[in-house]
Amino acid sequence: MLLAALLVPTSAMADEVTAGQFTANNVWMMLCAGLVFIMHLGFATLESGMTRAKNTTNILFKNTFIISIGILTYALVGFNLMYPGEFNGFLGFAGFGIATDEAGLTPAYADGGYTYWTDFLFQAMFAATAATIVSGAVAERIKLGSFMVFATLFVALVYPWVGSWQWGGGWLSEAGFHDFAGSTLVHSVGGWGALVGAWMLGPRIGKYVNGRLSPIPGSNMPLAAVGVFLLWLGWFGFNGGSVLSADPAGTSFVLVTTCLAAAAGAVAAMSSSWFIAGKPDLSMALNGILAGLVGITAGADVVGILDSVVIGGVAGVLVVGSVILFDKIKIDDPVGAISVHLTCGVWGTLAVGLFAPDKSFVTQLMGVAAYGATTVVCAFALFAAIKATLGLRVGEEEEIEGLDYGEHGMHAYDLGLGGGGGFSAVPSGARPAPAVATQLATSEQ
Amino acid sequence: MKKVEAIIKPFKLDDAKEALGRVGALGMSVSEVKGFGRQKGHSELYRGAEYIVDFLPKLKLEVVVPDDQVEKITSALAEAARTGKIGDGKIFVTPVEDAVRIRTGERGDAALS
Repeated sequence: MLLAALLVPTSAMADEVTAGQFTANNVWMMLCAGLVFIMHLGFATLESGMTRAKNTTNILFKNTFIISIGILTYALVGFNLMYPGEFNGFLGFAGFGIATDEAGLTPAYADGGYTYWTDFLFQAMFAATAATIVSGAVAERIKLGSFMVFATLFVALVYPWVGSWQWGGGWLSEAGFHDFAGSTLVHSVGGWGALVGAWMLGPRIGKYVNGRLSPIPGSNMPLAAVGVFLLWLGWFGFNGGSVLSADPAGTSFVLVTTCLAAAAGAVAAMSSSWFIAGKPDLSMALNGILAGLVGITAGADVVGILDSVVIGGVAGVLVVGSVILFDKIKIDDPVGAISVHLTCGVWGTLAVGLFAPDKSFVTQLMGVAAYGATTVVCAFALFAAIKATLGLRVGEEEEIEGLDYGEHGMHAYDLGLGGGGGFSAVPSGARPAPAVATQLATSEQ
Repeated sequence: MKKVEAIIKPFKLDDAKEALGRVGALGMSVSEVKGFGRQKGHSELYRGAEYIVDFLPKLKLEVVVPDDQVEKITSALAEAARTGKIGDGKIFVTPVEDAVRIRTGERGDAALS
C-alpha cells in the first residue's frame, strides 16, 4: 500500500477507479501471486541441479515444506504481524488468522489495486521466499527436522516482524528507506539467515581437502538452468506485482528495468567468470541472472533505464567475486544463495541511494544495517537453540551416503536399479530401509 | 573360447562396433565404466576453482569368440579405437570355460555362433 503511494497519486485514484480498472488491477495482482509461486519451483529445480544426486529428494522435500508451511503460518500470524495497521513502528500484531469485512473486497481497501484476499496471497508467496533462500545454502548436511523447525519460525515470525518496519508502515518507512520489492526485506533477510546457517553448519565433507578448496560439482546443469529461467519468469510477478496495481506506466517500466538488470547481470557474470577462471562457467552465468534480479529489486521503480543496466551489471560481477570469496573463507554455500541474495540484496538497496535522485544513501545504509543486525541475531538464536536441542548436522556416515537415503529412505532417481523385478516385498512391520538395501544388492549383478 | 575385453574412449564405440562387424563378430556387450591408467584423470573447473577428475568415463566392450578369431578381433578393435593420443584404453584377452545359449541350451562354441 505504501509503495503504491510512491507511484501514483492514490487519493485521486481511489475516487476515480472504475469497476473495470479495479477488476483489471486485481487480476494482474492475482496473476503476479501465481508468478511468485512459480519461483518456488525455480528454487526447487535450481537447488536440485546445483547439489549432488544423493541429496535431491531431501532438497525437494524442504522446498515442498517451505511453500506449504509458509502459506499456513502467514495466514495464522505472518500477515497480521507484517501489516498490523496502526502500530508503534517497531512491533505490532493485528491478531491471529485472516478475515475481512465487505470493505476489504471493494476499491476502498487498497485504492482500487486489489482485494484483501489478493493482498494476503501475494504477500504469502513472498514470505516463503525468504526461508527458501536459506534452504540452498545449508543443503546436503542439515538435519531435515532441524531445518523444518528453523524455516517455520523464520517464516512465521522473523520475516513478517522485520518486514513490518518498512512495508507495514513502520519506523524505516517513516525514515524514508526505499525497498521497492524486497532486495533487503526478502532477499537479504533470507541471505543473512543463509549466511548464519552455512557458517554454523560448517562446510560439507569433501569441500576442503587438507585445507584446500575442492569443488563439489552440481549434479544437473539443465535443472539449474530451468530453475533460473523459472525464477526470472517469476520475477515478472515479484517486481511487476510490487507496483500493487496494474498501473500501465508503473508496471511496464518496472518490468523493463527488471529484465535489463537480469540480462546485464548474466553478461557481467559470464565475462568476469571467464576472465577470472579462464573458462566461461555456466553456473556463474546463471547466478549472474539472479544477481541482476536481486540487485534491481530495491529500486526497479525509481532508477533510470541506464541505471538498471549498471546495477545489474555490477551485481553480476559482485556475485562472481562473492562466490569465490565465500569459498575462500570456508563458508560452504552449494548454490551460491548467500552471494546472490545477501551480497546483491545489499548492493541493490544501497544502489537506490546512489542512483535515485531523491533517496538518501545514508538512510539506505541504515536500513541494510538494521535488517542485517536483527536477522543475524534472530537466525543465530534460532540455529543455536536448535543445535543445543535437536542438533543441526547429520552424521558423517549419513552425509557421505546421502540425505535421500538417510533422512527419507528413498532416492530421487531410479538410475536403472528399480522397476519391477528389482524390488523385493518387505514383510509388514519391517522398516523401509532394508528394502532399499535389498534392491541395491540384487541390482548390482 | 576367449573373452576379448576392450576399455575404449566412449566416442569410439561406433567405429569399434563396425570394425567388429566387418571381421565377423556376431554380438557384443557394452557397459559404461570409469577409470584411469597412466593418464591419471584430468582437471575440470567449477565456479572458479579447479579440481581433478580421477576416474574418466570409458566404455567397456566385451566379445566372447572362438579361439581362432581372437587375433583378428583384437587387431580390428585396436585399430578402430586408436586415436594415437593418451587415454585410448586397453584390450584384455582371457580364457572362457564354457558358454550356454539360454534359449536352446547349446554349449561351447555352438552357443557363440
